[in-house]
Amino acid sequence: MTRIRQRFEDLRKAGRTGFVAYITAGDPDLNTTHQVVLELDRQGVDVLELGVPFSDPLADGPVIQEASQRALAAGATLEGVLSMVADVRAETEIPIVLFTYYNPIHRYGVERFVKRAADVGVDGVLMLDLPPEEGGDYIARMNEYGLDTIFLMTPTTRDDRMKLIASHTRGFVYYVSRTGVTGERDSLADEIQSKVSAICQYTDMPIAVGFGISTPEHVSEIARYADAVVVGSAIVRRVGEYQNDVDLVSKVGAFVGSLIDPLREGV
Amino acid sequence: MAVDASDLPDARGHFGPYGGQYVPETLMALLEDLEAAYREAKRDPEFWAELDRYLRDYVGRPTPLYFAERLTEELGGPKIYLKREDLAHTGAHKINHAMGQILLANRMGKTRIIAETGAGQHGVATATVAAMFGLKCEIYMGVEDMERQALNVFRMRLLGAKVTGVHSGSKTLKDAINEAIRDWVTNVEDTFYIFGSVLGPHPYPMIVRDFQRVIGVEARAQILEREGRLPDVLVACVGGGSNSIGLFHAFLDDANVQMIGVEAGGHGIASGEHAARFNGGDLGVLHGARIYVLQDDDGQIALTHSVSAGLDYSGVGPEHCYLRDMARTAYTYATDEEALSAFELLSHTEGIIPALESAHAIAHVCKLAPEMSREQIVVVNLSGRGDKDVQQAARFIEGVR
Repeated sequence: MTRIRQRFEDLRKAGRTGFVAYITAGDPDLNTTHQVVLELDRQGVDVLELGVPFSDPLADGPVIQEASQRALAAGATLEGVLSMVADVRAETEIPIVLFTYYNPIHRYGVERFVKRAADVGVDGVLMLDLPPEEGGDYIARMNEYGLDTIFLMTPTTRDDRMKLIASHTRGFVYYVSRTGVTGERDSLADEIQSKVSAICQYTDMPIAVGFGISTPEHVSEIARYADAVVVGSAIVRRVGEYQNDVDLVSKVGAFVGSLIDPLREGV
Repeated sequence: MAVDASDLPDARGHFGPYGGQYVPETLMALLEDLEAAYREAKRDPEFWAELDRYLRDYVGRPTPLYFAERLTEELGGPKIYLKREDLAHTGAHKINHAMGQILLANRMGKTRIIAETGAGQHGVATATVAAMFGLKCEIYMGVEDMERQALNVFRMRLLGAKVTGVHSGSKTLKDAINEAIRDWVTNVEDTFYIFGSVLGPHPYPMIVRDFQRVIGVEARAQILEREGRLPDVLVACVGGGSNSIGLFHAFLDDANVQMIGVEAGGHGIASGEHAARFNGGDLGVLHGARIYVLQDDDGQIALTHSVSAGLDYSGVGPEHCYLRDMARTAYTYATDEEALSAFELLSHTEGIIPALESAHAIAHVCKLAPEMSREQIVVVNLSGRGDKDVQQAARFIEGVR
């Protein structure tokens, strides 16, 4: 059982909704990311999504685009991110998902990547632009090495595709709660609850909901019907704001802690 | 060698190992709807009759196949014919696929049009058909391209389109595509993305090819009528690859017709500043398709350089990758300097100012001609006219001298 599945099992037993945090690896540099990961673990993050920086992040809004550019400018590479995970894994058991575009993996070699990811202690991978139809080899390797393949569902995903995606996703289903790119929003999209119920008809996997969630109020709302809440851009924006601040780690940690607070009593 | 390309791509959009649909999940349903609408339109004679009518009455097709007598004499080799896509309405071949796609948008009931543009020719073509059908239109363009193609920016705005500058990445075509895709995943209900080349996720490489195929269909009939035989060589420039696939496709079964695509050599391959994907690129995944891509060792997409904004792109269409593997087509490159010489040469000898993109094809003909005999025939796709490039060329030519 992967750390991801174990964590969702623990959450279910405790009657709590999980909190998934996304940060871009290497922003502002890999050493800082290492420290932020440990801090987010201390704050109670249940699953950590580590974004692999890419030159052309076409599903991301400006906040994560800029974070990717900062990371690449600071020299982050896929190999560098994997090595950082190896280091951090010596200090924490937090479940780690790599969140990546396909080209860097394609370039690295799918099998080589999966093997290395398993070696360093990655638990799952979310490949943003690799739908199951194109991902046969990737899915086979991930299953072989015992890593979770996390796939997205979105407001445009129809029933036939829900069924297909449900059959390939492992660990959890990531429901993208709105059309569009990543980024903070003032309000949540309509119909999230009904879509989450629809997904439940096709899978027993936990359902994490993300995209546009940026305040403790949003977190409380989503927690009513999702198994986990995902926050990305709101955290990444703060990493950017504090990039030259010696207290970056504790300030980002405090913000994430405030997002998790509504979930601590069990929702 | 002949290639049976009639059944490509396969049902999932693959040309051999190339193409496919490497996109975020939000787009999968949109692509499925687009493909269904296109397959239905494709079977509908009314759709093609309507398209033919607009191509004739509005675009000005068929475009002439012109025997370039003075250029032929100057180069002292084969007879050179120019397929005059520069004479199509808006001054380039892009109008062919823009017209086809907007008719598809109408069938699907979409009310808002978006597009990316590099040189601005696809943006102008899209803005033109959007104006003609009274649809809202937004064009994404890298700010570097906006500067070097200022005339086209003005034309698009005059045509009523909103031109949105893209400041991310290299600020050129690939970044404009990123931004157009971001718009499309956001505005899924009302928006139709008119793609500008035989790139992107399936079904775009197929749709754009089918709408550009008219170039080769006409050229084939025209050369048969004029010369009573097929040409020996076809030459066209290759950015994403729409004008070249448009010329080549109708000749794929003609085993004795050689086809050459000319990429942008920029400052030369050794300089690293070029856009010759088949001379330094590797297999990768960009903008929804598995294709040849210029990239670094870490899989980050490389920045490209060409004097011609329309060829300044990191990837090349999947069908080209496949035809090259089959050895049905061949690819070479022309440098900025060679293209600018050809730009001047065609202007002097024929009174035709070519687009800098098309000048790359002419540049290759200049190299090819001395090795060919006078009895042979070359057809070059003159994909666009060069009015848009005059300022850019003037700056560069002065710089060289």
